[in-house]
Amino acid sequence: MDTLKRRLLDFVIYFVLWLLLTWSFDWQGVVVGAVLAMVFALALSGLLPKGAERLFSPVRWFWAIIHLISLLFWIVMANFDVLYRVLHPNLPIRPGIVKIKTTLKSDEAKAFLANSITLTPGTLTIDIIDDWLYVHWINVHENLEDAEAITKDIAGRFEVTLRRVFD
Amino acid sequence: MSSQIGLVPIILISIGVTFDLVGALGLIRLPDVYNRLQAATKCVTLGTFLILIGVLVHSGWNAMGIKALLAAIFVLWTSPTGSHALARGAHIAGVKLWEGSIVDKYKEDTGR
Repeated sequence: MDTLKRRLLDFVIYFVLWLLLTWSFDWQGVVVGAVLAMVFALALSGLLPKGAERLFSPVRWFWAIIHLISLLFWIVMANFDVLYRVLHPNLPIRPGIVKIKTTLKSDEAKAFLANSITLTPGTLTIDIIDDWLYVHWINVHENLEDAEAITKDIAGRFEVTLRRVFD
Repeated sequence: MSSQIGLVPIILISIGVTFDLVGALGLIRLPDVYNRLQAATKCVTLGTFLILIGVLVHSGWNAMGIKALLAAIFVLWTSPTGSHALARGAHIAGVKLWEGSIVDKYKEDTGR
């Protein structure tokens, strides 16, 4: 995607954000918003990562919505998990930092995978180094050395959808 | 916008506040910084998200509701990023895991 299109897309995003935040559609407000959005779109080095044309693919948006729904489900599960662990008198935790290998390629996919993992039951991403994610797990499994099973347990449910959204 | 609060916003905001409370309890009860971040991130994210959605349902699609919706999306997006930064920073700064922890692959691999 060439520079002009990217700037235009940046402009549209800033402008829509302005309209949503101010929520007033008299002409002064709109003009100020347009001018400011233009200044930001030209002055800043660009909002979107490489491959921004992926934004225009309806298939990707469909999978993004599927991902969001599954993510919301797992967030609710995560909250009941924390509820159980925190309110249990014996504090049933077995924490540790494990590492998992992701098969996702693009940086955005990895970033969203890390965020999704943080919001799901018992796991918190600490760092990403190349293809390895370091994850703090509040209830580590018995079979510690079985990296494949751990990966499947923590990341498997999101990799399927995120691959279709980003890669 | 009426001053009377409907049933749905009340329920949403009540559940949100409850989860926020559980997150705060987790901050006190769990042993080390990483476990505490777990509780804080998950519960406070969903709790705040539900409160903001409750505000949206209560006020409808006007200036306040839209701002609440944007804030809800923003919280969902940024709070795991923030907790990652805190956990990584704590680990690099040398904060030890709780002594009952099973394994620390991050330390093994990076030496930090």
